[in-house]
Amino acid sequence: MNLFRAHVLVCGGTGCTSGGSPEIRARLEKELAAKGLDKEVKVVTTGCHGLCEMGPLVIVYPEGTMYTHVTPDDVPDIVNEHLYKGRIVQRLLYKEPLTEEKVPHYGDLPFYQKQKRVVLQNCGYINPERIEEYIARGGYSALAKVLGEMTPEEVIAEVKKSGLRGRGGAGFPTGLKWEFCRKAPGEPKYVVCNGDEGDPGAFMDRSVMEGDPHRVLEGMIIGAYAIGASEGYIYVRAEYPLAVKRLRIATKQAEELGLLGDNILGSGFSFRIHIKEGAGAFVCGEETALMASIMGQRGMPRPRPPFPANQGLWDKPTNINNVETWANIPDIILKGGDWFASMGTEKSKGTKVFALTGKVRNTGLVEVPMGITLREIIFDIGGGIPNGKKFKAVQIGGPSGGCLPESQLDLPVDYESLTGAGAIMGSGGLVVMDEDTCIVDVARFFLNFTRSESCGKCTPCREGIKRMLEILDRIAAGKGKMEDLDLLERTALVVKQSALCGLGQTAPNPILSTLRYFRDEYVTHIQDKRCPAGVCAALLVYRIKPELCRGCTACTRVCPVGAISGTRKEVHFIDPDKCIKCGACMERCPFGAIVRG
Amino acid sequence: MSACACGNTAPKYPELQEILSRHEGEKGSLIPILQEVQAAYGYIPEDVIKEISLALDIPATTIYGVATFYAQFHLKPRGRHVVRVCQGTACHVRGGARILAEVEKELGIKPGETTEDLRFSLEPVACLGCCGLAPVMMVDEDTHGRMTPDKVASVLARYE
Ligand SMILES: Cc1cc2nc3c(=O)[nH]c(=O)nc-3n(C[C@H](O)[C@H](O)[C@H](O)COP(=O)(O)O)c2cc1C
Ligand code: FES
Repeated sequence: MNLFRAHVLVCGGTGCTSGGSPEIRARLEKELAAKGLDKEVKVVTTGCHGLCEMGPLVIVYPEGTMYTHVTPDDVPDIVNEHLYKGRIVQRLLYKEPLTEEKVPHYGDLPFYQKQKRVVLQNCGYINPERIEEYIARGGYSALAKVLGEMTPEEVIAEVKKSGLRGRGGAGFPTGLKWEFCRKAPGEPKYVVCNGDEGDPGAFMDRSVMEGDPHRVLEGMIIGAYAIGASEGYIYVRAEYPLAVKRLRIATKQAEELGLLGDNILGSGFSFRIHIKEGAGAFVCGEETALMASIMGQRGMPRPRPPFPANQGLWDKPTNINNVETWANIPDIILKGGDWFASMGTEKSKGTKVFALTGKVRNTGLVEVPMGITLREIIFDIGGGIPNGKKFKAVQIGGPSGGCLPESQLDLPVDYESLTGAGAIMGSGGLVVMDEDTCIVDVARFFLNFTRSESCGKCTPCREGIKRMLEILDRIAAGKGKMEDLDLLERTALVVKQSALCGLGQTAPNPILSTLRYFRDEYVTHIQDKRCPAGVCAALLVYRIKPELCRGCTACTRVCPVGAISGTRKEVHFIDPDKCIKCGACMERCPFGAIVRG
Repeated sequence: MSACACGNTAPKYPELQEILSRHEGEKGSLIPILQEVQAAYGYIPEDVIKEISLALDIPATTIYGVATFYAQFHLKPRGRHVVRVCQGTACHVRGGARILAEVEKELGIKPGETTEDLRFSLEPVACLGCCGLAPVMMVDEDTHGRMTPDKVASVLARYE
């Protein structure tokens, strides 16, 4: 085998790929060959490193030097300076936002220091399309251990001891769920991996499926052995074609090595995995709807019980877990349930992956031990709010979750405390909002989402969400009344208690949490007819200050509806009837002559 | 494509036969079949629904119900390029609505519609899963991140 003195990792995650990492790779190969270094230096395309904000990323090993915002034209410098002469290319290093200090080492980045990477340990290090690289980092040894030394009961006992709880939202203890399914009568049994990831603002599961697909497969095979299942399904969202491709490659490779299929590793245990692509429906993330979809039906939820453990796919016992839940299994088996339980809080063990997005400096994927505070995630890892703006709220758990204000930032991240504060752990979306975000608009946004995704089967969800949305629309249009707030709260509670599935039961959460923490802002919209963040279009007027306008026509050119008139070098005018209040003109004006109020 | 009832037995949808035989005997095959039909024809023609109904012995109404339940399926022809402008949370917070407005203006259509020349279809989508790059739009399989309204026209111009 050829030994390489250096490895250059090029991030092949979705973010960096759209930023041009395939061209960077091609250029690297070309320049390396030109210098005759192609036998000494190996280029590897990896999964997502998490720091998407700084992409495209290139990391050079063994030093672990990370280069950010790389373009193909930077490649000659990386090759000539770093790989040929051994000098780090200073200008491409990550700069600390506060101190402007350059950070040469990947591991020294504050972004990574407070993280604890279990599920993501391979994401960004290995080529996800090569099973050898997963195996080289200890992959499939947990499976070998399970099949060689453990009974199914022992596997379940270990998972129970770890305290692992479902990462798909509800946080049900995984070991217990497996035990229910194992004990349920009926053959064959099925295991399912929920890769629907419908929360708009989250991409944890995507990165795991794309960056380390074998970890998910290994978790599922171990689970299937423990439960006694012979067939498995991975249900992947339609919007994730790359995840589907990588999972297909991974299952094929695992079959070729006898890690999947008949008589796995000569143990007599047989298990097969099918990959199913979703077809675009948020409610299909709900487990009973997901199973209906796998069976080729409309993805409508049904009442539980019967639970999937007793009556799931084709009415047989079925165990559904989230992608991240499955991906935790191999390490729990290898390092033991006690090791896993040593991380986290009393009732929430291990780590959790979050997709940190919105108005935060380092957007990206982070994996942290349970019990860390929201403040540490947003400010220490995320680097705080960009552009000198103030933190306003963080939305946790997507459309089923809640909005928490500054006063709740020292809350430890665990299932119980988040629920107590009116949010939920959810699947792991953390959307940070700054002072320019309007809370009423956010609540409207989520309700609009749940309204269009409601399957329409039960009345509280179908009608209740619509009625609540009408009230919010009224408030945002400056036509709200104070009584509306009580009506909103009452309707929210009714829907929460009476809807059929989790979608409807949790849809009121964004309203309830914003009413709880940001009631003032609703009141300002209703009584003062004002949107303090300047978002609710009906409450805004854009105006040109004649004394500042130089007639440069920049605003007329960006206005999408032709609402601005005026000749060159003369003061311009915005027609309030035509204006759609998009704010494009205000951003474009070089003289600050356009004001909103 | 012209329908012909004069004894010509060549099947009208040859790809459909292949798709159906590939899934023969498979459990829950309706959705994958519809997905492949859509990939082959760009949409799901009405006649195809009837043929699938016969082949799988599932009522056409049920197939219609499934096809209309999921956002992914289309019963009308679509444009050569599909534009998706993310309206997910992260993109919303970072101005996704303005990108959508610009695309609507540029193409002269609303989400769910197709341009007359069948060049573009505009589809609503909530989260493309690369929120780190918000606001995001996707044309076919290409992801375009950190969009601004200014960039819209030049991105669209790349797709003929
Ligand atoms: C409306 C709705 C959407 C959901 N979406 C997802 C999802 O995208 N991914 C997921 O893993 N679980 C989702 N769930 C939770 C699943 O129903 C189920 O609890 C989960 O897959 C169980 O796996 P776990 O125990 O590993 O968390 C959703 C639930 C509801 C009510
Ligand atoms: S919210 Fe737009 S990509 Fe996720």
